[in-house]
Amino acid sequence: MSVVTSRFGEAMTTPYETIIGLEVHVQLQTRTKLFCGCPTTFGLPPNSATCPVCLGLPGALPVLNRHAFQLALRAAAALNCQIPQRTKWDRKNYFYPDLPKGYQISQYDQPLGGEGYLDIPRRIGIIRAHLEEDAGKLTHEGNLTLVDLNRAGMPLLEIVGKPELTSPEEAKIYLEEMAGLMRDIGVSDCRMEEGSLRCDANVNIRVGDEVTPIVEIKNLNSFRFLERAVRYEASRQYERFQRDSSFRFGKVPKQTWGWDEVAGVTRPQREKEEAADYRYFPDPDLVPIRISPEQVAAARAEVGELPSQARERLASQYGLSSYDVGVLMGMGRTAIAYFDRASAACGDSKTACNWITNQVAAVLKETNTTLDAFALSAERLGGLIAAQKRIGLSRQQALDVFAKMIAEPLDADAAISALGVTVVSDDSAIVEAVRRAMAANPKAVSDYRKGKKAAANSLKGAVMKELRGAGRADVVDRVLQTELERHE
Amino acid sequence: MSTLNREQVARIAHLARLELTPAELDGLTPQLDAIVDYVQRLSAVDTTDIEPLAHALDVIDAFREDEPVRSLAVEQALANSPGRRGPCFSVPAALE
Repeated sequence: MSVVTSRFGEAMTTPYETIIGLEVHVQLQTRTKLFCGCPTTFGLPPNSATCPVCLGLPGALPVLNRHAFQLALRAAAALNCQIPQRTKWDRKNYFYPDLPKGYQISQYDQPLGGEGYLDIPRRIGIIRAHLEEDAGKLTHEGNLTLVDLNRAGMPLLEIVGKPELTSPEEAKIYLEEMAGLMRDIGVSDCRMEEGSLRCDANVNIRVGDEVTPIVEIKNLNSFRFLERAVRYEASRQYERFQRDSSFRFGKVPKQTWGWDEVAGVTRPQREKEEAADYRYFPDPDLVPIRISPEQVAAARAEVGELPSQARERLASQYGLSSYDVGVLMGMGRTAIAYFDRASAACGDSKTACNWITNQVAAVLKETNTTLDAFALSAERLGGLIAAQKRIGLSRQQALDVFAKMIAEPLDADAAISALGVTVVSDDSAIVEAVRRAMAANPKAVSDYRKGKKAAANSLKGAVMKELRGAGRADVVDRVLQTELERHE
Repeated sequence: MSTLNREQVARIAHLARLELTPAELDGLTPQLDAIVDYVQRLSAVDTTDIEPLAHALDVIDAFREDEPVRSLAVEQALANSPGRRGPCFSVPAALE
């Protein structure tokens, strides 16, 4: 039995445990291919980014892209992989039209990244991470297959995870965390729609002591598809497990299935007639690479703070709730740095976090901007938060000042005077407004006095209206409470 | 000492998409077997405490910088192809 949480948050019980291991391919963010100088630009006309090397023409020799290697090393460091002192290249031989050389240059027994892990935050093991070249793209048209080799030779990092994921939701979270990390450290843009992030899932289930055969699901080109496909596949296997006693691990070879998103089902893919036999051997065209301790240290330094470390620090240093930490980290690494600076500028981290995850996030989304390009610096946002507290700006006033500061490079005080925002902080004026608001809203007053404390909010709104939005928020709160309690 | 049999040679030929007649298979099996046997003489050498060699050259760390160079024109890329359709190579239908 296994308890999982559905997407609606309730716990669901299934009569089986799901076992999932993901193989993730990320395309490294380089300008050129892994072994030649052809561009990696997405969406070029077919076969316009090819050369003798990636076409596999006789006599052409591959030379490794230094930047691709450095990015792969950085990724391996971020995944806490064991990094060997030497790594080398192997040929994976198979005959298929997407592979003009008849083999793919990959890494077999000495991958650049050995065992590692990713904290999501539960620790999920990584088996290995290796560099390899991508294959070309095939389009099937009637009795012909059309071949575009622009993609052949693109630099890929294949990250093989341990089968330690236990639910479709967790598989999705793992892939999202992986993509977020690779983006944060500048290794890949991880655009699934452009193929720079791809994922295959190995799925089987355990029922009591028995385990079903592993099925590999291909073509999972969105986070949602991954979750849906794994959920469907696990329930399909359970159904088959119940009616077919030969459907057990070891009795049936591993199969490859595809996900059909339109029908919402997994389907077996046509098997090649013989079992895969890749006849790996060291590629004589490429020399081994030595990795020095200095290079490993430099790669680790480039990675900086890992998401798992950031998560811990945000909670311990600022006392943010796990919800706030989650939302902030969902905005990426730049948001954490922005938050650090805004927090330092205003000294109120909870409020800074609220501003960033609400107002700032909304503006970024509306204007389709990234935080790097956002007009309002973290320091100026911190200034606004400090001014709001000091002067007692109402929520609406603060939002007006915020908009002004995005539109113009003013600091908070300059924006406040430019807008002519005034704050009524004179007690007698506020007392008068509070009394008028209470007289006009007897129901809210009696509700409050019956113990419905939330009624104070609507009264506060009424007071602010009386003051045309200019009442000093903390004074209004204080006076309102005094007045409400006084007549009790 | 025989290492390779006829079935294995037939299988290797198939993996390389080579079509061999039974007569060719009969001729190639002992030849390929002799080559493998010859290379196997290397295993007589004592390699205790010797680091495995991944490459014959005494060179490591050959890199190029991540600078684009001009690719071939589409017409040049397709020039040697026995089949094409528009800007693509075309081959007999292959199953995915």
